[in-house]
Amino acid sequence: MGPAAQPSGSGSRQRWWIRDAIGLAVVIILLAIVSSTIERIPIPGMAYYFRIIVLAGINVILAVSLNIINGHAGQFSLGHAGFMAVGAYTSAFFTFFYFNPYLIAHGGDSSPVLQNALFLVALLIGGLAAAVAGYIVGIPSLRLRGDYLAVVTLGFGEIIRVIVLNIDKVGAARGLAGIPNWSSFFWVYFFAWLTAFVSFRLVRSKIGRAFFSVREDEIAAEAMGINTTRYKVQAFVLGSFFAGIAGGLLAHYLAYLNPSMFTFIRSIEVVVMVVLGGMGSISGAVIAAIGLTFLLEQLRNVKDWLHLSSDPRMVIYALLLIGLMLTRRQGILGRKEIWDVMPRRKDVIPEKPDEEGEGKLDDTSGPPVQ
Amino acid sequence: METFFQNLLNGIALGAIYALIALGYTMVYGILKLINFAHGDVFMLGSFVGFYAGGWAGRLLEGKGGVANASWFTFSVILVVSMVVCAAFGYLCERIAYRPLRDAPRIASLITAIGISFFLEYGGQFVFGPDPKFFPRLLEKKIFNFAGVTTTSYQLIVLVVALIFLVALQFIVYGTKFGRAMRAVSFNFETASLMGIPTDRVISLTFVLGSALAAVGGMLWGLTYAKIDPLMGLMPGLKAFVAAVLGGIGSVPGAAVGGLIIGVVDSFVGGSQFSTYRDGIAFLILILILLFKPSGLFGRTTTEKV
Repeated sequence: MGPAAQPSGSGSRQRWWIRDAIGLAVVIILLAIVSSTIERIPIPGMAYYFRIIVLAGINVILAVSLNIINGHAGQFSLGHAGFMAVGAYTSAFFTFFYFNPYLIAHGGDSSPVLQNALFLVALLIGGLAAAVAGYIVGIPSLRLRGDYLAVVTLGFGEIIRVIVLNIDKVGAARGLAGIPNWSSFFWVYFFAWLTAFVSFRLVRSKIGRAFFSVREDEIAAEAMGINTTRYKVQAFVLGSFFAGIAGGLLAHYLAYLNPSMFTFIRSIEVVVMVVLGGMGSISGAVIAAIGLTFLLEQLRNVKDWLHLSSDPRMVIYALLLIGLMLTRRQGILGRKEIWDVMPRRKDVIPEKPDEEGEGKLDDTSGPPVQ
Repeated sequence: METFFQNLLNGIALGAIYALIALGYTMVYGILKLINFAHGDVFMLGSFVGFYAGGWAGRLLEGKGGVANASWFTFSVILVVSMVVCAAFGYLCERIAYRPLRDAPRIASLITAIGISFFLEYGGQFVFGPDPKFFPRLLEKKIFNFAGVTTTSYQLIVLVVALIFLVALQFIVYGTKFGRAMRAVSFNFETASLMGIPTDRVISLTFVLGSALAAVGGMLWGLTYAKIDPLMGLMPGLKAFVAAVLGGIGSVPGAAVGGLIIGVVDSFVGGSQFSTYRDGIAFLILILILLFKPSGLFGRTTTEKV
């Protein structure tokens, strides 16, 4: 189904670029249409739903980007919130101290094009800063595996949070309020699409195949001449870049940042999304991110239904998590994509059932599910 | 200089509690290669059981001067109650959540552990309420002063109780048949089971032991710091894990030494001008150890096999 399946003549290659350009244009037009109409849908409480929809989009970016590290490259990171914090604070720093004052000094908010351009620049700076952080965190992954790597990334995430907590310029423990409210449905879902797109292309590229080989058996991959170190660091850098973008989008959506938003519980939420969707499944991560965001919001109602005095939301969440691991630990889709499990044409050769690896310590896929 | 000794003393008392929690991490990791993220929350549970048992004892002793006049006997009874409740919880966790996942990839058990941790934290907020509670004064608090360094009878109790349990555990692990079985399972799970060691029972008992020690830690924490809340297990749990890694995972004396080191460092950083970096420093230590000496101070090195 992908480019790898096609003959690699120059003609088909050219068509790929055209197809991507058309795809990008279609996505932008669709998003522009949807974003201009969605807020006007006459449903009671639409403002509330709109907020959840935007937050779901941000979670999609986080889950898909973590899936690159955890699902594709098989490295277990518990520090995604830290990268998100780097991106959020860096981009907010630029818009808050430089871009927004500049805009106001040069004719206020009358120029949406300039404002969006500046926002894009700030997001990219945030993403790059997070990528640098990812590079630094990626270095220990050269030596550590599995649980130890998980704990080290957790530690890095917490260290980043503690450092932010001590930078007075960005508000320290008080938080940073008054960040310009520049995030929009369009930007959030544009980057959600971009993350998924890059992720899909990655899987079908040489880099993606190298990721898989590292995930399946590092020693064997090394013996085959794959520079495992390089690919592990690449996975971290790419994953944290998008986490940083998500952080920037969140910062400019909530217009407020506080270090307590980026504790390791936040990282775990993202890990749960990836595991729920099925580690290594991009569409699974998307579905799980959207589903969990809405589920967690809906669970707020349980308190009212049962007339409880305190909120059982997170208790239910915890029980769901344990139940999921006990009953379907490979997640909703396992390692497959959504179209792999959909009814398909008969002339396509079915995938071998034993394709999902077993025995590897840090992956979720169990035996194939019938 | 007085500040130095004061920090050192506070650090040792804090480190003794970290050591008790670290033992649970180190034993479970040594056997199952599982980071039992819920362990810090079992410590919280121990504290809360102590809190409620203390309140109950206070009502029983109403006519005799209340819980403030409680004796060593009452304290010991409450300690045992807390240990039993936590041990039962640890056993149930292992049976219900970890055992079915023993052959699963490790991340599945790790996520389950996080689930149990969430369950305890948010369940604690749901049942006990999210506000801090004040641990009853189960024993008389005396304040001593040696040349400018202040210590309380509570700190001494922490040290003595922690030492008793450490020595007891050292004896169990190195001096009993069960301890030998435990070390065998930790060394090689499959071979141990082929040699007729009931691995399931050994693992259950390991969880029971670890959870009971966490309960002791929780009681001592409540006694010394008085304020307890459902999320209190988070940071001490993570720091105790760092202590276990620092000492060399799987090693009892290692956990004790690691706990003391982390406690002392914690106390010194907390008492310095960098006190806001307190929570970051333990992780910095963790990263440095894992980078330069992953086997820890007392751990044995393992080589990776193809």
